[in-house]
Amino acid sequence: MTALVIAEHDNASIKGATLNTVTAALAAGGDVHVLVAGFNAGAAAAAAAQIAGVSKVLHADSAALENGLAENLAAQVLAIAGGYSHILFPATASGKNVAPRVAALLDVAQLSDVTKVISADTFERPIYAGNAIATVQSSDATKVLTVRTTGFDAAAAQGGSAAVDTVAAAADSGKSSFAGREVTKSDRPELTAAKIIVSGGRALGSNDKFMEVLTPLADKLGAALGASRAAVDAGYAPNDWQVGQTGKIVAPQLYIACGISGAIQHLAGMKDSKVIVAINKDAEAPIFSVADYGLEADLFAAVPELVNSL
Amino acid sequence: MKVLVPVKRVVDYNVKVRVKSDGSGVDTANVKMSMNPFDEIAIEEAVRLKEKGVVTEVIAVSCGVTQCQETLRTAMAIGADRAILVETDAELQPLAVAKILKALVDKEQPQLVILGKQAIDDDCNQTGQMLAALTGLPQGTFASKVEVADGAVSVTREVDGGLETVKLSLPAVITTDLRLNEPRYVTLPNIMKAKKKQLDIVKPADLGVDVSPRIKTLKVEEPPKRSAGIKVADVAALVDKLKNEAKVIG
Repeated sequence: MTALVIAEHDNASIKGATLNTVTAALAAGGDVHVLVAGFNAGAAAAAAAQIAGVSKVLHADSAALENGLAENLAAQVLAIAGGYSHILFPATASGKNVAPRVAALLDVAQLSDVTKVISADTFERPIYAGNAIATVQSSDATKVLTVRTTGFDAAAAQGGSAAVDTVAAAADSGKSSFAGREVTKSDRPELTAAKIIVSGGRALGSNDKFMEVLTPLADKLGAALGASRAAVDAGYAPNDWQVGQTGKIVAPQLYIACGISGAIQHLAGMKDSKVIVAINKDAEAPIFSVADYGLEADLFAAVPELVNSL
Repeated sequence: MKVLVPVKRVVDYNVKVRVKSDGSGVDTANVKMSMNPFDEIAIEEAVRLKEKGVVTEVIAVSCGVTQCQETLRTAMAIGADRAILVETDAELQPLAVAKILKALVDKEQPQLVILGKQAIDDDCNQTGQMLAALTGLPQGTFASKVEVADGAVSVTREVDGGLETVKLSLPAVITTDLRLNEPRYVTLPNIMKAKKKQLDIVKPADLGVDVSPRIKTLKVEEPPKRSAGIKVADVAALVDKLKNEAKVIG
């Protein structure tokens, strides 16, 4: 049995989500190979070879693979898929985009957001916004999965010494092209990797207030900033800060929810956090039912006071 | 051009689902069902393209039990022109649905297929991508903006860290993200009109599709419960708890 992990990278370095996916692949048993498909991605391939537990890195390099277009990346995975018992992607925007395409082309089912590997063919995954956990068994010859990164520890980024093999790059499909990217600038820790997250909801009232009230707290704690869907929809925070069923799934050491009521869809994204703090002036807010520490107070007074006392 | 919009009947997003005590699944008897929220966005986008004159016909399709007809009537009340129900009592997994949809794409030859990015029951996020793979079409997933021009479609996608834009040749498959649009409310006159629109019913076997599941659900459980928390009196008490009890801040 050999598992293939599709690395998430920016052509220069390996993204953290890849490390969690390697851990899941090791749990499924057998050797673990990593595919680095990109353009001028030698540095990323070299970094992948250092990951503990990886026995081989396959490096495909072509301009068509630079931006991870689903059509080209899926063709690349398919070109080398023979012989692998498991093909794993991190459950990131990129992995979710490509994994089902690969599975369908192999005529196999795909398992999404796997949180636990029970055996080589049996896995756990959350359904209904995390309100139920399903144990599922795949009867397909090749198991194609996306891995929920918060469900697995990160493999050590150093200590491995895998060989890097160059593989032929798949041809450009010619059906899609990359037109541009708009990256949200942030000096803060990445939301999905942060140890502490300060998150705000609709109660913040405006983008100015959101930043004015929550930024000092996040700065003080070295935390990432997150938001509920209500806050994102109202334009108080950028889309990619959204935590929840349809946004990011996070599990930090400490999650501080400020002015968030705690709808099912939001809880789906953060209820595996180690410690949850809720600051809300509505005593009946559902967030208090999952919070380890609840403070019933006006956040506009409580958050600055919290900043001062840290 | 023609647009195909697959829609799914799911447990309403406001319902707090309960796991059955025998672990066989989630209790869906006597629970309010609705159209999957992402699919409403998909229908809305197709109807807006029609209102702009880009699209001539919007076909809604659903796969599943007889009651999915209600979901299709809702789609037609939003503005779909006609509907197809692929009727079956079998458990349908994304690969089977993608195969059914491929058969319909071959038959109807739409220029665009717009799906929701994921269904809120199985949370799979697979069907659109699988359909694109089976039909050999390009895909624009997690779309927050769609522009059709000159035989191509520009799709702005919500990705980790921001947005990216891809250009796809037509025909193409698009899946919707939450911020693509705000679906309209259906009005009573439109509900009445939708009752008169054409709704065809076919079986998976008519389309030559084998829908047998590839994944077996062994059990479904409640997620682990969090132990009950406490309410603290003030900020000082909170800081004390975080420092000395939870030890999550220094």
